[in-house]
Amino acid sequence: MSETKQVIIQMKGIRKSFYIGQPHELEILHGIGLSVRKGEFVSIVGASGSGKSTLMNIIGALDRPTSGEYILDGVDISKAGDGELSGIRNRKIGFVFQTFNLIPRTSALKNVELPMLYSGTSKTLRTARAKELLEIVEMGERMSHQPSELSGGQKQRVAIARAMANDPAIILADEPTGALDSETGRLVMDLFHKLHREQGKTIVLITHNQELALETERILTLRDGNFISDEKGGQV
Amino acid sequence: MDFIENIRLAVTGLLSNKMRALLTMLGIIIGIAAVITIVTLGDAITSTVSSTMEEMGGKNITVLLEEKNPEVVLPGMSQTLGVSMGFDIMGNMAESDLISDEMIGQLWDRYGDEIQALSMIEQVGNGKAQDGRAYSNLSVSGVNGDYEKSESLTLLEGRFINDRDIDRAVNVAVISDKTAKAIFGQADKALAQEIKVHMDTEIQTYTVVGIYEYEELVMPMTTQVAEEDVRTAFYIPLSTARKQTGAPDGCKSFTLMAKQNIQPSELADKVESFFDIYYRDNVNYRCSATSMDTIIEQMDDIMGTVSVAIAVIAGISLLVGGIGVMNIMLVSITERTREIGTRKALGATNGNIRIQFVVEAVIICLIGGIIGIILGILCGVFGSSILGYPAFPGVGIILIAVTFSMLIGVFFGYYPANKAARMDPIEALRYE
Repeated sequence: MSETKQVIIQMKGIRKSFYIGQPHELEILHGIGLSVRKGEFVSIVGASGSGKSTLMNIIGALDRPTSGEYILDGVDISKAGDGELSGIRNRKIGFVFQTFNLIPRTSALKNVELPMLYSGTSKTLRTARAKELLEIVEMGERMSHQPSELSGGQKQRVAIARAMANDPAIILADEPTGALDSETGRLVMDLFHKLHREQGKTIVLITHNQELALETERILTLRDGNFISDEKGGQV
Repeated sequence: MDFIENIRLAVTGLLSNKMRALLTMLGIIIGIAAVITIVTLGDAITSTVSSTMEEMGGKNITVLLEEKNPEVVLPGMSQTLGVSMGFDIMGNMAESDLISDEMIGQLWDRYGDEIQALSMIEQVGNGKAQDGRAYSNLSVSGVNGDYEKSESLTLLEGRFINDRDIDRAVNVAVISDKTAKAIFGQADKALAQEIKVHMDTEIQTYTVVGIYEYEELVMPMTTQVAEEDVRTAFYIPLSTARKQTGAPDGCKSFTLMAKQNIQPSELADKVESFFDIYYRDNVNYRCSATSMDTIIEQMDDIMGTVSVAIAVIAGISLLVGGIGVMNIMLVSITERTREIGTRKALGATNGNIRIQFVVEAVIICLIGGIIGIILGILCGVFGSSILGYPAFPGVGIILIAVTFSMLIGVFFGYYPANKAARMDPIEALRYE
């Protein structure tokens, strides 16, 4: 009696090549296929040079595949123009970076509001929602603090709230605990789990850390531009 | 995206690093301040010169003899200055070249209804009135009755020189209140008294028939002399003066005052044509009639052009200021590469980024412009007060300055903004 959850990411035959000034192009991804359902918490694991950054950029609509199909939340964006991709990133993708990337000299509240600014949400709605999200990540008391006044873990939590601002189709986290000590990293991972369980968020975690990957529902291992395994995880 | 948000963002950015903001704006501040100061001072100088010249006789027409082949560029100009300063520029003049009383009579006949007054003055020279230890420095001049009108002299006591004085060539004089006070102790005590004037080796005695009020000229930049040493005019009848200097009958110049409703420049043209008839056959000399308002107009034009030219040159510093802004923005954008990448990852379009940075440049230049305007007003008001004619820049020039600052922001901010807009988000996010 399993509900057939909607497929959020459907990738087929994704290839990515870079022209590096030589007669031959360098192909990084060799016809990858990927499908992620709504509400899944998956991780993509790979070592340096496996192509996971390239794949992440395509999933996150920062880049286009050289060939192949990428259907995100029902729309094929593999051939979308730059302007379109901006809009998709704004509404469908919630990025969480290893280096947090909060805007300096700006309050946590304003940081969380940022995606909503670019989507044209009104000021009152923006502020209300930003406050709500900061409460969820337990940063409600520090909403007027600037990034320079926050610890690494706190910054990451603000970044996660920001990622959820426009209620995106997926949260795309790139080594979210990479710059944090194990204790703080633990707290952040707990937050991801909480969001997954309680809010039903779809989370794609990119990491080279096997242990971390094992915590997620599903582990996809990437090597030399191809998926070599798709296993169940779930070991918290 | 919200314009106001962009503005707020720009201002926050500036506030967080005030020193850098100030240094960035410096070129704009100096440029705008310079332009405003120059325009204000230009106005002040023009007004000072105009009002001084008007004091010297705004509605007056100066008629004088000049050489037919002048060496100077502005005929009438240097001669005017020369005559009023008492120099005798033209040495080789014969009596037959002079403007005769007959000619003047005929001028009156012809244009009497347009002429308010016709005044003549002939310098005798510098002298000193003395009575015991009391003295007063004088500039002795022979004048006719109308001189009082054309120079707008204020008579305090008695009367001015009249036609009978001139007919009889008597030794009467109209003196300044300063001279009266110096020699007789009190202005009204001088009337009907005798006054001795020492000139070169001669001493002449005159009877005082009138006392006029001495007025200083507006220009405060003349060297200050002590009260007692101020040289005032001492007026005697024209004929008396000619007797003393041995000058022939006939004058080299006179001043016409046009009636209220008459256009001085028009009357001047008529007078010049009138005299052309007499001087048509004269080889060396002719008569020129110049109205003061024409000269004032020319002066205004020249001053105006000079002011504009200097302002434009000052405007070049604005160019340099703009380049400075562009430079700093390029640096700023490089520093914020990561931030730009993040914004793009969150959904900012190229247009969003471009506008963000153009607004930033415009705000910097606008604030710099406003500071420059305030500074320029302060300097302009201060400087023009020193000149003695406080002037304030008009609303027009201030609006132009504000608009221009903003335009500089748009122009010089565009290139850096474009650079930021075109950054590849993936590269930008990787930037250290």
